[in-house]
Amino acid sequence: MLSEIAFYGALETGLIYGLVAFGIYISFRVLDFPDLTVDGSFPLGAAVAAVLLLEGWNPWLATGCAVLAGMAAGAVTAILNVKLNILNLLASILTMIALYSVNLRIMGRPNIALLTEETVLTPWYDLGLDYHQVPVLLFVIVVFVSLILLWRFMKSETGLAMRATGANARMARAQGIATGGMIILGVALSNGLVGLAGALFAQSQGAADVTMGVGVIVIGLASLIGGEAVITPSTVIRALLACVIGAIIYRLAIAFALNADILGLQAQDLNLITAVLVTLAIVLPGVRTNIANRFTRKKA
Amino acid sequence: MISATDLRLTFGKGTPLENPALRGMSLTVNQGEFVTVIGSNGAGKSTFLNALAGEVMVDSGQIIVDNQDVTRLPTYKRAARVARVFQDPLAGTCENLSIEENLALAIKRGQRRGLSAAVKRQYLGQFRESLSSLKLGLESRLGDKMGLLSGGQRQAVSLLMASLTPSSILLLDEHTAALDPKTAAFVLDLTEQIIEEQKLTALMVTHSMKQALEVGSRTVMLHQGQVVFDIAGKDREGLEVKDLLGLFEKQRGLQVDDDSLLLG
Repeated sequence: MLSEIAFYGALETGLIYGLVAFGIYISFRVLDFPDLTVDGSFPLGAAVAAVLLLEGWNPWLATGCAVLAGMAAGAVTAILNVKLNILNLLASILTMIALYSVNLRIMGRPNIALLTEETVLTPWYDLGLDYHQVPVLLFVIVVFVSLILLWRFMKSETGLAMRATGANARMARAQGIATGGMIILGVALSNGLVGLAGALFAQSQGAADVTMGVGVIVIGLASLIGGEAVITPSTVIRALLACVIGAIIYRLAIAFALNADILGLQAQDLNLITAVLVTLAIVLPGVRTNIANRFTRKKA
Repeated sequence: MISATDLRLTFGKGTPLENPALRGMSLTVNQGEFVTVIGSNGAGKSTFLNALAGEVMVDSGQIIVDNQDVTRLPTYKRAARVARVFQDPLAGTCENLSIEENLALAIKRGQRRGLSAAVKRQYLGQFRESLSSLKLGLESRLGDKMGLLSGGQRQAVSLLMASLTPSSILLLDEHTAALDPKTAAFVLDLTEQIIEEQKLTALMVTHSMKQALEVGSRTVMLHQGQVVFDIAGKDREGLEVKDLLGLFEKQRGLQVDDDSLLLG
């Protein structure tokens, strides 16, 4: 079974990927904008935070800059799409590729260790909690605050305009909504959250690495789709909760899979497990209704 | 007041599919007028409406709404003055937003949107009151998803949304065409009622000559991207579909061979 350390570790990364899932919810679900920029904006957030921490910046200030950097990356993708009419998926791939170089430039080397630097977590270790519980506590607070802010935003006039943009752009324009501006704002917001996740991930893992973004989009999607299978996203708050729950379930599932010796799985199988889990999450809700249909047919 | 002068627009210019949709269309609609627009397929009715709304940009000509030249403004910058109901009942509303959220979007048409809550308590009374005027029982279903409503109900709500805030012109694009006859009659009655009560200036495109003569105060016929005739007041009273066809033939000196004009 799962050790206590592995359990808290899964919660910790699950919460961080919950933030990624929020971002992917905004791009994929709210705006209907398939955005792969996140594979670049996640390490971008980590790189910006790591470099600033090495410079001796306040950890929260450094994290804030990581958010801004993520937003800028998202804005570039959206502007490529809205102003230059490049297909949304392609625009995001272009930004993602470009960010690989940008991240290397920012860090000046492929990875930066943060083991001795003061991070957002440092003061929390003095609270007397168990070492592995500290990041979980802090990230629960961060995720909770983000969830509330996002929820309020989606219910605001601007947030509603953003939801209308993704759902029915023609109607949104007829209501006087600048749909292009809404896409730029939304994709920027989405990648800002992913930048935040990257910055927190680097600080909790003690390192920023230029390759740490590979597959973040798939993990985020896995969390989103898995969460939606558990909690039907009929309202904004349910959709946001589904993101967090999905991300935590996903990390726990991975931890179980890697810990169960019978399965004989190892760390290098992670991407394969992810792909299988995503496939299951996409297929399972359909299977469920299929079975239900079969029963109702028999009755009739 | 809205005035369009010598609008010209060609789709697919320089290609084998070149299609001149507007060929010098001019029309002035005065304050409080309710104009019905008819014409055969390809006459330029929808293109004209799209040009007025800003969904398509004209090649040349000028569009003036309330003394402001809007010719080059995109849709969302015209939305404060131009309200619109689409032909497709699914197009005018967002199905995965609730009824109250759709109305909240419409109450801010063309205005700045901030970070305060979109569905405000002070709106709810107004929403319920206007919904109850539809007599569809929707006033007790504010929180329901728009997608749960039928096409006719959605079109009625679209109409309500278009009239929730003042506009210089209301554009109705064959907004009853996709509905069954009974629902279409209901939505048309509602349209007349709202336009009359709020003294709106409106432009309604229709496929039915009968409807075009029965409703509104003025009728305009389009043909090949131009206005071929324009009748109002005494000339229009007592006019029947066959008179309209006669008028059309006299004007153009040609035979009408499009069945769609005779229908209705």
